[in-house]
Amino acid sequence: MLTISNISCVRGHKPLFAPVSFSLKPAQALHLEGDNGIGKTSLLRIICGLSPADAGEVLWNGIALNRQHPEGVEAFRAALCYMGHNLSLKDELTAVENLMFDAQVAGQSLSYDKALDALQKMGLNNRAHLPLRVLSQGQKRRTALARLSVTDAKLWVLDEPFVALDAQSFDNLRALLANHVQQGGMLIYTSHQSVELSQSNGHAMNVLSVRLVAA
Amino acid sequence: MIWKAFWAVVRRDLLLARRRKSEGLSAVFFFVVVAALFPLGIGPELNVLRNIAPGVLWVGALLSSMLALQRLFEADYRDGTLEQMAMSPIAMPLLIGAKMLAHWLVSGLPLVLLAPVLGLQFDLSGDALVTLTLALLLGTPILSLVGGVGAALTLGVRGGGVLLSLLVLPLFVPVLVFGAGAVEAQVSGLGVQAHFSILMAMLLPAVFFGPLASAFALRIALE
Repeated sequence: MLTISNISCVRGHKPLFAPVSFSLKPAQALHLEGDNGIGKTSLLRIICGLSPADAGEVLWNGIALNRQHPEGVEAFRAALCYMGHNLSLKDELTAVENLMFDAQVAGQSLSYDKALDALQKMGLNNRAHLPLRVLSQGQKRRTALARLSVTDAKLWVLDEPFVALDAQSFDNLRALLANHVQQGGMLIYTSHQSVELSQSNGHAMNVLSVRLVAA
Repeated sequence: MIWKAFWAVVRRDLLLARRRKSEGLSAVFFFVVVAALFPLGIGPELNVLRNIAPGVLWVGALLSSMLALQRLFEADYRDGTLEQMAMSPIAMPLLIGAKMLAHWLVSGLPLVLLAPVLGLQFDLSGDALVTLTLALLLGTPILSLVGGVGAALTLGVRGGGVLLSLLVLPLFVPVLVFGAGAVEAQVSGLGVQAHFSILMAMLLPAVFFGPLASAFALRIALE
């Protein structure tokens, strides 16, 4: 379980958003909303431990994520998959190579076949062996998103995952996210579009919504 | 699993270096050109050339490794790979150590291998060439490791290149003194044991602390 308690973030002597608290249990999804520049990305980076919070703390399974609890931090990192605006893809490597190296850096092992399979699911079957620099923006994003279907991370933190996707990939990603949540995963995402995640029985999934407001 | 991640990073960086050939080669070519210009400029005075050879080759190696250092973390910082490394359950210093090893293999090892060839232009004896190569073999990893800390500290700073040189070059002085000194000691028949011991004594802490300090600096740069 992920608990965010009273997180605030100061940029240039001014608090970005009013202190925010929420908690997320397995099989729950959370949609983080807010205007441009309100600090959605900053909050996600704080949750992931990339930036320090100016007040408040992030708890994973009841353990505060800070220097006093290195094992807690390690367990959290093993359960985390973050995708931000930077896709961490190398233009010189092919899509398959990118996917495989990324998995290894994240401490997971990924076979060649599984990597190909994941790219196929994102509709990149005939692009898997091209260097990334010849792919379009949307195809690059799809390559990065293919990471989600091979990771065994419990908690997905996605910053604007639906940007630059065509209708088909949009639906693919929606299904992927819904499936992850249904299987007991956790999901935090930001999006300016309204995205409906649906359960396998066709009903809309209950997605928590947190709106950041100015302090 | 941990070492698998380590070697994965090494392999990735080597693969990237192979696909961006010009980047890696330019620093090596710079070394060759600098070392080749000196004999041409100074003229065929063999005694003078023999005397300046260790210093010239070491300074050349130092400057060319400075050229390559600026790119050590730059691309990974911009495309978000460093963020992923910072969030990996694998300890970040290990992954950064892997990057430094790959960096040395691309930009340091070629200098070590080229040095004896370039040393011939300076009329160095066979023994002196062997000493020069061994000294560079011990010394160039220190340049990558200590330089990596500087590269991490100046990451994302405008005009970081100049700052990096100012920060790192003074730290390279001991390596230069004992590295070039080893060859001089060999030539004058004093024995090289002491110089190699001191280079080794600098290398070992650098192997341990370099990746640790860099990872720490990189986390700050990522904030």
